Amino acid sequence: MSSDTTRIDGKPEVVKEPSMLKQKEMIARNYEALTSAPETGRKVVSTFVPGNLNELVMCFDMLNNLPEINAIQNGLRKKSGAMIMDAEKRGHSEDVCTYVKADIGMMGKGNIAPNGKPLPPPDLLLLSYTGCFTFMKWFELLRHEYKCPTVMLHIPYQGDGRITPEMVKYVVKQLREEVIPAMEKVSGVKFDIDRLREYLRESAKAEDNLVWVLESAKNRPSPIDAYFGGVYYIGPIFTAFRGTKDATEYYEMLRGEIEERLRKGQHPITPEGEMEEERYRLVVEGPPNWTNFREFWKIFYEEGAVVVASTYTKVGGVYDLGFRHDPDKPLESLAEYCLGCYTNRNLPQRVDMLVQYIEEYQADGLLINSIKSCNSFSAGQLMMMREVEKRTGKPAAFIETDLVDPRYFSYANVKNRLESYFQMIDQKRRAAGAAA
Amino acid sequence: MKCYIGIDLGSTTTKAVVMDGKGEVLGRGITNSRSNYDTASAVAKQEALIDARLTLVRRALAEEAALAGAAEGVLEGLERNFRLEQFLEQLEDLERTCLANAEHDRHEDLRKAMAEALEEIFGRLRADAEHLYAPGAERKSDFFRDIAGSRYMQRAEEVAREAGLPFDPLLNVYDKSIIEVENRPPAGDIGGKFLRALGRVLAEGGVHADHEAVRAAVERALAVELEEGYVVGTGYGRVRLPFSKEHIRSEILCHGLGAHLMYPGTRTVLDIGGQDTKGIQVDENGIVVNFQMNDRCAAGCGRYLGYIADEMNLGLHELGPLAMQAKKTIRINSTCTVFAGAELRDRLALGERREDILAGLHRAIILRAMSILSRAGGVQNEFTFTGGVAKNEAAVRELRKLVKENYGDVKININPDSIYTGALGAAEFARRAVEA
Ligand code: SF4
Repeated sequence: MSSDTTRIDGKPEVVKEPSMLKQKEMIARNYEALTSAPETGRKVVSTFVPGNLNELVMCFDMLNNLPEINAIQNGLRKKSGAMIMDAEKRGHSEDVCTYVKADIGMMGKGNIAPNGKPLPPPDLLLLSYTGCFTFMKWFELLRHEYKCPTVMLHIPYQGDGRITPEMVKYVVKQLREEVIPAMEKVSGVKFDIDRLREYLRESAKAEDNLVWVLESAKNRPSPIDAYFGGVYYIGPIFTAFRGTKDATEYYEMLRGEIEERLRKGQHPITPEGEMEEERYRLVVEGPPNWTNFREFWKIFYEEGAVVVASTYTKVGGVYDLGFRHDPDKPLESLAEYCLGCYTNRNLPQRVDMLVQYIEEYQADGLLINSIKSCNSFSAGQLMMMREVEKRTGKPAAFIETDLVDPRYFSYANVKNRLESYFQMIDQKRRAAGAAA
Repeated sequence: MKCYIGIDLGSTTTKAVVMDGKGEVLGRGITNSRSNYDTASAVAKQEALIDARLTLVRRALAEEAALAGAAEGVLEGLERNFRLEQFLEQLEDLERTCLANAEHDRHEDLRKAMAEALEEIFGRLRADAEHLYAPGAERKSDFFRDIAGSRYMQRAEEVAREAGLPFDPLLNVYDKSIIEVENRPPAGDIGGKFLRALGRVLAEGGVHADHEAVRAAVERALAVELEEGYVVGTGYGRVRLPFSKEHIRSEILCHGLGAHLMYPGTRTVLDIGGQDTKGIQVDENGIVVNFQMNDRCAAGCGRYLGYIADEMNLGLHELGPLAMQAKKTIRINSTCTVFAGAELRDRLALGERREDILAGLHRAIILRAMSILSRAGGVQNEFTFTGGVAKNEAAVRELRKLVKENYGDVKININPDSIYTGALGAAEFARRAVEA
C-alpha cells in the first residue's frame, strides 16, 4: 500500500493514508465547485449537517454549502476566533452558538472559502430542522442578509423516543409539497425520482462500509479512534458527498486500510504517528473542540486513551443502529433519516445509546465534552452522565470546552481533569483487581 | 526504616508528608512555593524528614519510663535549637553569597568598606540568632527569608550609619543574594545538626532527667536510617516536579484518598484551593468515583479572597474575622474576580458596612462551591472540607449553613492538618506502590 509522507510544522513525519488524501482532494474539489458557481451557473443550496438532503440536492444539479462545516474549517485553521469577535461587535451575544457567530463573522469578511475565493450567496436556504432551534434563528439571519427563497422542512422531535408512521407521512408530505417544488423552481430542473433512487443506492453502500469501520473499534486493540479519527471518517457521508461515487470509493478504500490495520494488530493513527499502547477505552458524548483539536487529541493519545465509540459521529445519521437509505422507498427513507439523527433523539434514547456503546465496545468509562455555547447538546448531560454511571457501574467524567470559540478552551483545566479521570480509572481497576 | 513521601506542590505553598510502611504519618513539612519548584519540593521534603526525626525521638524517649516526664521539654528544645542550627547555616551561606556579590559589583574604592560592613552586620545577626531561638522567644514566621530579611534591614542601617556608608548598596546586595540562597537546595547533615542542637539543649539546663540517658535515646532515634521507599508528587505544579510519570498523581485523587485516611467515613470532599474548587466523591476505600471542578476561570476560589483583600486594603487573614462581625449579609452576586471588585465598590458607595459586605462575599464563594458539589452528586453523608479556605471561619460558617439547608444534618469534618490532605494522599499512593 502506498502512502504519502507530510511534514507538519517540522514535527515528526505524519503518514497520510491514501483515503485521507482522497478526502482532502474531494473537499478541495467541492469548494472549487462552490466558489466557481457564478461562472458555471450552478445553483447553491445552504443547509445543515444533521438531516441534510444531499441526495435530493444532487437531483437538481445544485451544490451543497454547509455553514457548520465552514465554521469547523475556520475553527481548525484558527480563524474562527476573529470571526466570532467580529460578530459580537455587530451585536451578537457572547452566549450564542459559536457556529452561528463564526458564520456571521465569515460573511462580514467576504465569505472566503478555504481555497481563498469567495463563496457565492446561496440561491436557496434549506432549513431541515433536526433537534436544534438555533438553526431556525441562524437561517433567519441569513435570509435577512441574502433575501433568497427559504424552505423549512419541519422534522418532529422524537419526544417519546420513537418514529411513528404519521411522522414519516408528515415529512414526506412536506418534501412533496414544499421542498421539491421549491428546488425545481430555483434550479429549473424537473424532479426525477429514479435519479434519487440511484443516489440512495450509492449512499447505502457507503453507509455499510462506514458502519464496518466504526465497529472495528470493538477489537482490542482498536485499530481506529472513533472520535478524533472518527470525525475524519464521517466527513464525506455527513456532507456534500453522500450518494456520490466518490464517497462510495472513499469508504471502500478506508475499509481496506482498516482491514489491513486489523490484520497487523495496529493501533490508531494520531497526528504524531501510530499510538503505542491502548490503556483506556472510552466512549465520548458531545462534539469535539475544533480550535484546539490537535492539542485536545494529544492529551488522549499521550495517555494511551482511545475512543472506541462516540455519539458525535452519529449527528449525521445513526447507521450503526440499523438505518440505511433505501432506494425502494426514497422519500420515506429521507424522512426517516432526518427523524433519526442523534440531535433529534430524546434524552432516554441518548442514554440508551451510551450504555449500549459502553457495553458493546467494552469501554472503561464515559467522557462528556460539554459545549458551552450549544444548549441543544448540553442540556441534560449531567443527568445523562449519572444515569449511565448508574446503569453501567463505569466511571464518567465531565469537561467543558467550546466548538469554535478559542476563548472557551482552557488547556490546563482540560488536561487536569482528563489526567485525573484516567488515574481514577486506574485506581478503580486496581481496586477491582485486589477484590478479585 | 522504609518510608514513603508525598509532595503536594501547590500554587502558594508546597507540602510534604513522610509515612512509614504501616501507613502511620511520621512527619509533615511545608514551605512557600517559589519560582524554583525543585527547591521547593526539596525543602518541603527535608522539613518533613526533620519532623519525622522528632517523631522518632519522641518514640525513643517514650520507650524509657524514666524519661517520660522530660520528653516534652527535650522535644521542644531540640526542635528550637535545630531551627537555630539551620538558621545559622543559612546565615553563613547568605554571608558568603553577599560577600561574593559585593565583590562583583563594587568599584575598587567601596569594595573593602562593603566587606567590612557585611562582616559586621553578619556578626550582629549571629549574635541576634541566639536570642531569636531562646526558650519562649516568639517568631513571626519560620521561613528564613522573613526572619533574616527584617533583621538584616535593621542591622544594615545601623552599620551603614556608624560607618558613614550609603545604605542602598547593602540593600541591593542582600536582595540579590537572598534569592540565590533561597533557591539553593537545602544542605544535608540533619543528624549533625540534631546532635549540635542536643548539646545546646542540655547546656541550657532545662532538662531534668539523666542527660546520658536522654543523649542515648536521641542518638538511637538518629541512628535509624530513613530510607526513601518511594515518592509521589501531586498538586498544581506536579508536572514540573523532577519525577517520572509513574510518580505523579492528580491532586483530585490525592485529596480524595487523603481525606479518606483522615476520616474513613467521609464520602464527599470539598477542596477550595487558590486556583480551583473541587467537589470529590469517594467510596468506602477512598477511591474517587466522581469529581467536578470549576471551569477555566478561578471564580470563587481562594484567589478571589486575595483580590477582595487587596481591594479592601486588608490582609487575607483579616477577612474571615471581619465577616464574622457582620450584622447582616449583603447579597453579592458575582464570584468573578473582575466583577466582584465593582460590586464591592458599589456597595461601599451605597454606605453598606464592610463587615456585612464581606459576609456576602463569603456566602457567594460557598454558594459557588455548593453548585460544584451538586454537580458532583451532592453531599452524600460524612463531608470533609479541605484547602486553604477551610481555615476561614466565615467561609466555614456559611458552608455549615448551606449544607444543612440543602442536605440536612450531615457530619462536617475540618482537620487542623487539612493543608496536608493532598500530600497525605500522595504519601499513601507511594506506600501502596511498594507495599501493596
Ligand atoms: S446543535 Fe448546537 S452547535 Fe449545532 S447549531 Fe444547534 S446550537 Fe449550534
